Amino acid sequence: MIFYALLFAYVCIALSLLLALWRLIKGPNTIDRVLALDTMIINGIGLIVIYGVSTGSKTYFESALIIAMLGFVSTVAYARFILRGNIIE
Amino acid sequence: MILDILIAAALVIGSVFTLVGSYGLVKLDRCMARLHAPTKASTLGVGALLIASVLHFFATEDGSLHEILILAFLFVTAPLTAHFLAKSHIHWNTEEGRLPDPPEGETWAVQAPAESPLEDGDSTKRLI
Amino acid sequence: MIRRLLPHPYLTALLTAVWMVLHNSLSLGAFVVGLILGLLIPVFTAAYWPKRPALKKPLRILEYVGILLWDILVANMVVAATILFKSNANIRSTWVAIPLDIRTPEAITALASTITLTPGTVSADLSSEGSTLLVHCLDAEDPDEVRDQIKQRYERRLKEIFE
Repeated sequence: MIFYALLFAYVCIALSLLLALWRLIKGPNTIDRVLALDTMIINGIGLIVIYGVSTGSKTYFESALIIAMLGFVSTVAYARFILRGNIIE
Repeated sequence: MILDILIAAALVIGSVFTLVGSYGLVKLDRCMARLHAPTKASTLGVGALLIASVLHFFATEDGSLHEILILAFLFVTAPLTAHFLAKSHIHWNTEEGRLPDPPEGETWAVQAPAESPLEDGDSTKRLI
Repeated sequence: MIRRLLPHPYLTALLTAVWMVLHNSLSLGAFVVGLILGLLIPVFTAAYWPKRPALKKPLRILEYVGILLWDILVANMVVAATILFKSNANIRSTWVAIPLDIRTPEAITALASTITLTPGTVSADLSSEGSTLLVHCLDAEDPDEVRDQIKQRYERRLKEIFE
């Protein structure tokens, strides 16, 4: 049963990555693009987590943690750059 | 067996909410409304997936607690990114200029007079 | 003296817990290393945050977190239904200004984070003196009701915890 649930989760997350990618390509302005990138990072964390479940390995959680941290920092840097024109004042 | 059902349910719930979040990102037509979509994906979506992972490792091996750290980190950082993006949205978009009035003698912080010399220059206007 | 050696007791506890979770074990060794880090880091960084956040009733945080998790669950369902079954024309998104009774920065940060974490509302801005919070609602029948609910449900409890 977990096998089918994992399959379903893979399909759903792949679809949501594609939808976010569509918003990233189309997005009317820069804020939408940053938002789409942020969503893709969160979906990527979910993908790594279910890959860890399906392989039964704990090795991947460090990468998920690092992606979460880098994603936060990069999103804030982008938003800061859009807002102020520079990142560190 | 019960644990299996719980893990499968958490996986399905998490992935469905992640998908609904991304669908909202595509479907909604106003930028400010779109900001609401990722908060859903990052709270219940990834949250349920991480809970599934915790349960799975407690069922098969001696347990793992990393996921709680990722969850706590996401819960702390998601509001900050949303707040920053909302601020830049208010700053740049004049079409949604119908903000409620700020209280007497104050302005909204993002509309306060600029301190940075780059602020009112044209150097960043072409970004949008 | 104890204030010099232990400037931020909550930070020490948090750092120890984070180290043990990172190490992924509840062993004594992880606890000791985490405790050493948790004692050293606040001492070396104390110059950057001189003031200690005041918590009047720390145990009420547990109740608050429970309410918050339940609200996240409920609001997720509501917003998912809104996104899936309502057309764009029917979604009435509005801005709401929430006058604040709480004054300490920690309490305002906690309230703003809470508002953003519950789907359907995003805190967008603070007024320049910090007396009003600007919130965007995805789908609100009545803006006043949203404001009253936030003030009743979250702000009152945060005021008890922090002030």
